[in-house]
Amino acid sequence: MIRFDNVSKRYETGYEALSRVSFDIARGEMVFLTGHSGAGKSTLLKLIMHMEKSSQGQVLVNAQNLNRLKASQVPYFRRNVGVVFQNHQLLFDRSVFDNVALPLQIAGNHHAEVARRVRAALAKVGLLGKEQSNPIMLSGGEQQRVGIARAVVNKPALLLADEPTGNLDPVLSAEIMDLFQQFNQVGVTVLIASHDLALVDRLQKRVLTLGEGRLIHDGQLETRLGNVDA
Amino acid sequence: MSTPKAAPRTRRSSKKDGASQSKTLRRDRFQAWFVHHQITAVESLLRLLSTPLQSIMTWLVVAIALVLPATLYVGLDNAQQMGAGVENTGKMSVFINRKARDSAIQGLSKRLLSKPEVARVRLISPSEALAEFQLRSGFGSIIEHLDSNPLPTVLLVEPMLENADTGTLAQLQKNILKEAIVEDVSIDLQWVERLNYILVLAQRLVMALALLLVLGVLLVVGNTIRLAIEGRRDEILVVKLVGGTNAFVRRPFLYAGLWYGLGGGVLAALILSAGLAWLAGPIGHLADLYQSEFRLRGLDWNSSVSLILGAGLVGLSGAWLAVGRHLGQIEPK
Ligand SMILES: Nc1ncnc2c1ncn2[C@@H]1O[C@H](COP(=O)(O)OP(=O)(O)O)[C@@H](O)[C@H]1O
Ligand SMILES: [Mg+2]
Repeated sequence: MIRFDNVSKRYETGYEALSRVSFDIARGEMVFLTGHSGAGKSTLLKLIMHMEKSSQGQVLVNAQNLNRLKASQVPYFRRNVGVVFQNHQLLFDRSVFDNVALPLQIAGNHHAEVARRVRAALAKVGLLGKEQSNPIMLSGGEQQRVGIARAVVNKPALLLADEPTGNLDPVLSAEIMDLFQQFNQVGVTVLIASHDLALVDRLQKRVLTLGEGRLIHDGQLETRLGNVDA
Repeated sequence: MSTPKAAPRTRRSSKKDGASQSKTLRRDRFQAWFVHHQITAVESLLRLLSTPLQSIMTWLVVAIALVLPATLYVGLDNAQQMGAGVENTGKMSVFINRKARDSAIQGLSKRLLSKPEVARVRLISPSEALAEFQLRSGFGSIIEHLDSNPLPTVLLVEPMLENADTGTLAQLQKNILKEAIVEDVSIDLQWVERLNYILVLAQRLVMALALLLVLGVLLVVGNTIRLAIEGRRDEILVVKLVGGTNAFVRRPFLYAGLWYGLGGGVLAALILSAGLAWLAGPIGHLADLYQSEFRLRGLDWNSSVSLILGAGLVGLSGAWLAVGRHLGQIEPK
């Protein structure tokens, strides 16, 4: 599903945020991406979304080489990837329903279809009663779940999340992670960037660890616990 | 033998199924696209109406910029109408030197008549001219007090109609002017022609002015749209992140530009109609005083519609410029 082949990313500032990163994520996997702050987790996710381009190496998503993606194809590519990014959150000038409906409207769905799928997505994240609320009225955990509903509403094959539990207490964080696991169980490939090692540890999934832009670990967490937290 | 026959048939039928399925899908997509256009159009208008003060200001600026050239255009149209009312007969008035003898005048008259391009020559003696002038001008009593008749003899030369093109007439006029006893030759056509030249000149000036003002409208709408884009930055970022195409992102702003233009155009047409109605009365009275049938011609239906649609187009273009310049810079990072 995702393949990084010797990928490096150097920003215009000259800073190399990723150096020669290679890994493979199979269809249907659930993988965590960890590492200290500034290690390059967000950069890696942005490369997958084609928000940034690799300076070197190949990024393949769904067998598509992103280096060869034309600008006009980028929107269509992104429709197959759901994202939960902290800084691209909800729009407070419209209801929860309209926030979640956005990807479907963009894809040109009929409004009956939009309504059906938005309700299904909101039901999935347990917010069916809040359709008409303004997201600003919701708690942090609820907002995050609206964001997740928006990310999954058009049934993408790949779901990316950048620190989805960043500002949430442990109970809410566990709930959110549960949600991601449920999506993964129905076949969605999930990649979550998080520095919350306790949470990551609990789920016993494959973990990619970045340090200073290099991939320093790939596998289950126990093998290197205590290595990075220092 | 039967297998190769059956195979293409099934293949064909399945292909047909696929085609009709994708056709329905395409029709659905098109319908959804169309509906989205409608929704975006209405939403853009509602958005403008939700900030009435700013929108009205923009509409007024657009309207004022359009009223100016449109007024001049209507003025020109009316001037042309006035010019068209005059017959282009090409008649010449040949003014004879007052010292010329009658025989010389008669001789000239005959010589002119013999020219192939001349149809008729009528001699108007000074006394006839005076009588006519007295009758027409209303200065009768003043003229009665004149010691001597100040008017010259005039030969009214009517050219053959089929020869009445400007070149021939100008040549004829030149030839007549060479005659010793001729003081001056005036062609009726001349002032019509001059008027036409002036109108062409005025038309160009109006065009240039209109072009400048249209540029102004373009910039005003463009700037308004630029601000709207800045105001919806977050939304644009999210839309692009979840797979909105550039066309999708552009659409509401283009509609907003269209509405600014159309609204300004409607306002301009209203202002113009009101202004013309206000002027029509006095101008009608003035024309009556000159025994003229002339009436101020307002903006007709077609011109009004053109004005409004043209304004819409300019608004749309302004939005297009702004969108082209600014939307590309907003990318999720
Ligand atoms: N747009 C950018 N331009 C320049 N440097 C950047 C940019 N984005 C991130 N960086 C730098 O790249 C490094 C990795 O950042 P990031 O991928 O956000 O790390 P993480 O998400 O793991 O905290 C950081 O040192 C950061 O300062
Ligand atoms: Mg980050």
